[in-house]
Amino acid sequence: MSKASETILAVERVRKRFGGILAVFDVSFELKAGEFLGIIGPNGSGKTTLVNLITGFVKPDGGRVFFKGRDITSFMPYRIADMGIARTFQMVRLFYNLPAYKNIIIPLCSSRVRRLGAGRYGEKDDMAVDLLDDMGFERDSYVPYKTAGSLPHGYLKRLDLARAMALRPEVLILDELFSGMSLSEVASTLPLIEKFHEEGLSIIMIEHRLKELFRVVDRVLVLNFGRKIADGSPQEVMENEEVRKAYLGIEVEIL
Amino acid sequence: MPDRKGIYRKKRLDRGIKARADTIYLIASWREIFYLLLPRAFPVGFLLILPAVLHGYWQKVLVFACVYGLLALSWDLLASCGLFSLGQALFFGAGAYLAGGLNYYLHLPPLVTVPAATVGGGLLCAGLLAPVIRLRGVYFAMVTLMFPLLLMRGIETTGVLGGTHGLSALSPFPGETLTAYLAVLAFLACLFLFRRLINSDYGLVLMAIRDDDRAVMSGGINIYWRKTQALFLAGSVGAFAGALMTHHFQFLGMSAFALDYSILPVAAVALGGQGSFAGAALGSMILVPLSESLRALGGLRIALYCIILMVSIVALPEGLFHYLERKYHQFETRAEVE
Amino acid sequence: MIPTLLVYGLVNSVILALYALGFSLTYGISGLANFAHGALYILSGFAAWNLIHHMGIPLLPAALLSVALTGMLGFVFYWVLLLRIRGIALAELVVTFSAGVAILEILTWQGFYGIRYSLPVFLRGGIEVGGVAVDYQRLLVLGTGVVLVILLWLFVHHTRIGLAFRAMAQNERTALSVGIESDWVGSLSLAMGAALAAVAALVVLPLGVMESTIGYEVLIYALAVAIVGGLESTVGMILGSFLIGFGQVAAARFIGAKWMVIVPLAAIVVVLAVRPSGILGRFKELEERV
Ligand SMILES: Nc1ncnc2c1ncn2[C@@H]1O[C@H](COP(=O)(O)OP(=O)(O)OP(=O)(O)O)[C@@H](O)[C@H]1O
Ligand SMILES: [Mg+2]
Repeated sequence: MSKASETILAVERVRKRFGGILAVFDVSFELKAGEFLGIIGPNGSGKTTLVNLITGFVKPDGGRVFFKGRDITSFMPYRIADMGIARTFQMVRLFYNLPAYKNIIIPLCSSRVRRLGAGRYGEKDDMAVDLLDDMGFERDSYVPYKTAGSLPHGYLKRLDLARAMALRPEVLILDELFSGMSLSEVASTLPLIEKFHEEGLSIIMIEHRLKELFRVVDRVLVLNFGRKIADGSPQEVMENEEVRKAYLGIEVEIL
Repeated sequence: MPDRKGIYRKKRLDRGIKARADTIYLIASWREIFYLLLPRAFPVGFLLILPAVLHGYWQKVLVFACVYGLLALSWDLLASCGLFSLGQALFFGAGAYLAGGLNYYLHLPPLVTVPAATVGGGLLCAGLLAPVIRLRGVYFAMVTLMFPLLLMRGIETTGVLGGTHGLSALSPFPGETLTAYLAVLAFLACLFLFRRLINSDYGLVLMAIRDDDRAVMSGGINIYWRKTQALFLAGSVGAFAGALMTHHFQFLGMSAFALDYSILPVAAVALGGQGSFAGAALGSMILVPLSESLRALGGLRIALYCIILMVSIVALPEGLFHYLERKYHQFETRAEVE
Repeated sequence: MIPTLLVYGLVNSVILALYALGFSLTYGISGLANFAHGALYILSGFAAWNLIHHMGIPLLPAALLSVALTGMLGFVFYWVLLLRIRGIALAELVVTFSAGVAILEILTWQGFYGIRYSLPVFLRGGIEVGGVAVDYQRLLVLGTGVVLVILLWLFVHHTRIGLAFRAMAQNERTALSVGIESDWVGSLSLAMGAALAAVAALVVLPLGVMESTIGYEVLIYALAVAIVGGLESTVGMILGSFLIGFGQVAAARFIGAKWMVIVPLAAIVVVLAVRPSGILGRFKELEERV
C-alpha cells in the first residue's frame, strides 16, 4: 500500500472562538489516505466544532484546511462535500417527513455522484434501497419505505450514515455515530465501517465508546478544552499522563 | 359516568382504491379509472372549452384568471424551496416591460417579444434576487416586496419607459379567443409541468432545501444554484404572464408593478393550499372571478383579498384543495363510541 | 449650501431612522417581521386627527392617546391573529402584510387623503442654524430620534422586561425554559413596535399632508433601511438611515428631486451585491449550531 503514506486531509492550526469560549485552538493534524483516525475528548472539548471546521459548516477564525493539497478553508459545505468529504451529524439531520429511502436520493442527485457515473435517471430509487439494505434496513421489509420520522433512533443514525455513504466519499467523518445506539446495533454497524475502511476509505471517527473505537482505529487524537493534547496509536495515547487526567475516572473502564 | 350510549364519533376510512401510491397504479375496473380520472380530466376539459363558449367580458376574466393563476403557480414553486415572495409583481412587471419595450421601441411582433420577455424576465429576476437567497428568514420577502414598489416610483418620477402615461398602441394578439386559448394552455401546461417537476427527484431536492438546507448541503448539493434555478423558472412564468397581459391590453404602464399582482396570487395559494400547485390553480380560479364580480367595490377589493388571506391562513391552514382531496379520498362515517 | 445639505440630510436621516425603529425592534426581539408597520404608522396619524377634530381633544393628550391606542392595537393583533400561527414564517409574513394592506386600503376607501388631513405641529416657528432656517418641528424630530434611541437602549439593557427581551432574542428555547413566556414577550414587542411607529407618525406627519399611501412608503423605507443596515443591528439601522437619508438629500440637490426615490433602490442593489446581509448585519448563514 504505497497510497497509505499520502496525506489526504491536512488541518493546520485551526482556531475557532464562540464568544468567550475557545472551542478549537491551534489544532493541527494530518490524515493519510486509507487511515482510520479516532478523535476523542471529554464533552465540550471541541470535537464537533473541529468537524464543522473541516466540512465548512463553521468558518475558522484562523488556520487552514487542505484536502489533497488544495486549500478548502473558505469553501462552502456543499463544495467540500462535492470534493469527497462526507460527514454524519451528531444530532441527526434528516428529512423526517420523507420515506427513509428518499433521504438517500438527495445526495444521489449531487453533481459528484453524477460525475462518478451513477445515479442516472430512474436508477436512484434502486440505488437508495440497495444502500439501505447494506446498512441493515432489510429491503423486503417495509422499513426503507416508512417515513424517517417514524423510525427508531438507531435506524436514523444508520440512515444518516447511508446518506453520507451515498456520496461515495473519499473521507468519511463520523460524529458520534454510536451514541444512542443499542449494543446490538453497534455490533452490527461496526463491521460495516471496518469494511469501508478495508475498501480504502479514509475515516475520522469521533466516539465516546472508547472500547469499540480503540479496537478499530489506527491512530487516536485527543482534544481537551479545544486543544490537541495527544496524537498517536491507541496504546501511546492511553499511556499519556494528560489524557489520563482529562479522562479521570473513565480510564479504569478502558484498560 | 353518564350513559355513553348514542355518542358518536367521526370515523375516516380510505376508499378502497390504492392508486395513490407514488408510482404504482393498480387499476381493476372502469369505475376505478373513472374515479381517478374524474378530478383530473374534468377541470382540464372544462378549462379547454371555456375560451370557445365565453365572449367579451367573461373571456377577459378568464384571461385574468389564467394570468393570476400563472403568478400563483410561480409563487408556489418558490415556496416549495422555502422562498416566500411578496412581490410577484416584480416578475410580472419585468415581463411586461420587456415585452412592451421591445414591441414599442423595436417594433418586434408578439411572436418574438413574448418568448424574449419570458426568458429575459426569468434571467433578470434570478440575477436581481440571487444575492438574497443566501440569506435566511424574511429577507427574501422584504426584498421582493420592495423592488416592485420602488421600481414603480422610479418609473413614475423619472419618466423612463413611458413614465406615468405608459406606452400604448402595442401590437395585439390576433384575436381574442386565441389569446384566451394561449392563456389557458399556458396555465395548464405550467400546472402540469410544475406538478411533474415537484414529484421528480429535482422537486424532492427543492423541498428538502426548504426543510433543512444544511442537510442538503452535506449531500454535496449547491443549494444556491438550485434556488437560483427555481427563481429563474418562477420568474419566467411570472414574466410570461406579464408579457401576455401587455399584448392583450395593448398597453403598458406602471400598474404592471401594482400590488394586486403581488397579493392576489398569495391569496389564491393561501385559499387553495400550498405545495400541490393544484391548490394554487384552484384558488386563483375561484378568487379572480369573485373579485371581478366585486369590481364595484373599487379599492376595497384589495382589502377583501387580504381578509380572505388572513381568514384562510388562520382558519383553514391546509387550504381548500387539500381539504377537498381528503374528502374525495376518504369516507366519513359515524361510529358509536364504545 | 453645505450647511443646508447637512441640516436637511440630518433631518431626513432621522426621519428614516424613526420609520425603521419600531420595525427593527419587533424583529430584533421576537423575530417577527411586522409588515403592517406602515399601516400602523398612518393609522395612528388618523387616530390622532380624529381625536383632535371630532372629539375636540387638545394636541398633546390626543397624541399620547393615539400612541397608547396603536400600541394596544399591536398587542391585540398578536393575540388575535398571530398566536395560532406563531413560528410558521410564511403565515406570519402573509398575515401581517395582508393586515397592513387591508388597513391601508380601507383607509383609502374611506377617503382619508387630501389637504384637509394634516396634523398640527407641536411648536410653531423656527430658528436659524448656521444660516439655514429650520422650523422647530424638524428640531423636534431630531430630538425625538435621539431620545428614543437612548431610551430604548436604557430600556433593553437596564430593565427586567428588557432583559427578557434580550434573552428571547438570543435563544428562544432557553428563554422559555427559565420561565420567560414567548407569547407575552412577542405581543409586548409588537405593541412597542406599534407604539414607536405611532410616535414617529406624530412627530413626522405634521411636516406634510397625511395620506394613506404614506403607509406603503413608510414600510418601504423601513425595509430599505433594515436591508441596507443589517436587519439585526441597531447601529446598522442608524447607519443605513444616514446613508439613504444623506444620499437622498444629495441626489435631490445635485441631480434633481425626482431622483430621490432611486437612492434607496440603488443602495439596496449595491448592498445586496456586495454584502447581502447589510452593512453591519451578521452573516447568520453559517453560525447556526450543527
Ligand atoms: N454555534 C455555537 N455557538 C456557541 N458556542 C458553541 C457553538 N458550537 C459549539 N459551541 C461551544 O463550543 C464548545 C465545543 O463544543 P463541541 O460541540 O465542539 O464539543 P464536543 O467535543 O463535540 O462535545 P460533545 O462530546 O458533547 O459532542 C462547547 O463549549 C460549546 O458550547
Ligand atoms: Mg460533539
